Amino acid sequence: MDYPTADCRLPTAGWRSILQTALPFLVVGALWEAVAHAGLFHPRLFPPLEAIAAQFVRLTISGILPHHAADTLIRLTAGFALAAVAGVVVGIVMGRWRLAEDVLLPPVSMAAPIPGIAYAPLFLLWFGPGSGSTVLLVAFVSTFPVIFNTWTGVKSVKEVWLRSAMAMGANGPRLFLKVVLPGALPYIVTGLRLGLAQAWRILVGVEMLAAVPWGLGWMIFGAREFLNTDVMLAGVVVIGVIGLALEKGVFQRLERYTVVRWGMMT
Amino acid sequence: MSVRQTGRAGSLLRSVIALVLMAGAHEALARSGTFPPALLPTLPAVGVALWSGIADGTLPLHAASTLYRVLAGMGLAIVLAVPLGILMGRVRAVEGFVLPLASALMPIPSLAWVPLFILWLGLGNATAIGIVLYAAAFPILLNVWSGVRAVNPLWVRAGSAMGAGAGALFWKVVLPGASPFIIAGLRQAFVRAWIAVVGAEMLAASDWGLGWVIFDAKEFLQADRMLASLAVIGLIGLAFERLVLGTLERTTVQRWGMVRQGKG
Repeated sequence: MDYPTADCRLPTAGWRSILQTALPFLVVGALWEAVAHAGLFHPRLFPPLEAIAAQFVRLTISGILPHHAADTLIRLTAGFALAAVAGVVVGIVMGRWRLAEDVLLPPVSMAAPIPGIAYAPLFLLWFGPGSGSTVLLVAFVSTFPVIFNTWTGVKSVKEVWLRSAMAMGANGPRLFLKVVLPGALPYIVTGLRLGLAQAWRILVGVEMLAAVPWGLGWMIFGAREFLNTDVMLAGVVVIGVIGLALEKGVFQRLERYTVVRWGMMT
Repeated sequence: MSVRQTGRAGSLLRSVIALVLMAGAHEALARSGTFPPALLPTLPAVGVALWSGIADGTLPLHAASTLYRVLAGMGLAIVLAVPLGILMGRVRAVEGFVLPLASALMPIPSLAWVPLFILWLGLGNATAIGIVLYAAAFPILLNVWSGVRAVNPLWVRAGSAMGAGAGALFWKVVLPGASPFIIAGLRQAFVRAWIAVVGAEMLAASDWGLGWVIFDAKEFLQADRMLASLAVIGLIGLAFERLVLGTLERTTVQRWGMVRQGKG
């Protein structure tokens, strides 16, 4: 092992990988520019990148884009928090009590395979258009993966762990907090992750349907009326950045701090 | 054994009782007049809406146009993403080029593109198929890519040692070896495509499609029609997953013994 050479090579490797990652975007960007400037399509429908960037800067400085993004994030957080609490509680109850499992499993497995967005008009009819319906629908949709995974996780806690903990004198709450919960946690984290992905996938669509006053989905959908393709694309970019941040920032980190540290998953 | 069987029968019984009780509670609430019947229809009313939709032939037509969009979009996604994924797995340069783009595009929910696709492709089939294509392509692409990379290099070397050419190696070793991943990708793609098509049909209203039925029923406060259409969406989704994808799995990877039989 020759450490100095490895040290010397590292920065160049870093540069090369950055360049390699940037290259495809540069190529696609150049293609986009070529098509936009060739005049094949109307510039309103296919704006050049500088127009999108200018629109992005204008919307950000005027505070419109941050307001839309903040409202979308608040809805996502509220809906997902509801789903996480409800889903984990229902999943644990189903995993620990046979009666609850028998009663809850049929309705849950009947409602789960229907794509969440299909419930949107029903929720709008019942709870009225606006933020409330959006949050409730996002919560409703993202509970299912949380319930299923928590339930599976609780059921997969090894009988031996439970019995040995009981033999060592652990009773109800301690058994639950020290054995059942950590044992089921890898599944619960997976469920939360799937639930968040699910919530994110439909939130933007629901915002378009629910006619909320603010929100990225509504911004994009509203821009269609005025043929503001540049506003739409700026919105899509922000949506992509938020999606990427959710995936990389929230869940990969959560997993590292809990289940990986306990050695339950590598 | 018998204890276990009675346990299973008991839980089935309890499930049935629970469902009957829930249906009863729904009926009682719907008939009590707390909510207007247009918003909370009774179960017989939903059944009637379902039956009249089937009887006058509209519901099967809606279902057919939804299925057409899903199948066309998924077909296009397979045609595009499977070869690209295989190339990514085999050729380093393609991987380096496509992977950053795919990772940047994947976190964007397909429904976010609906307004843009409406402007570009107009209302109707093209937009819905485009959205399904976008939703289905990435799971297939990434799964095929990891599948090809996960093929045991020993098999490839053994194959070429036994005299397999590039073509035979691909068809007889790489593709079957990657197939558990490919099928997993198709499953994931179908779930997303099913969400995408319903959303696209609601937003890019086009007079046909199960998603459009739900959206249209909202305008006329027909919750019974809505619930009937929801049931059809759920049933078709489940049937497609069980019948088409399940059969595909049984006839390929399970028969070849590459994955163990699922629990059912």
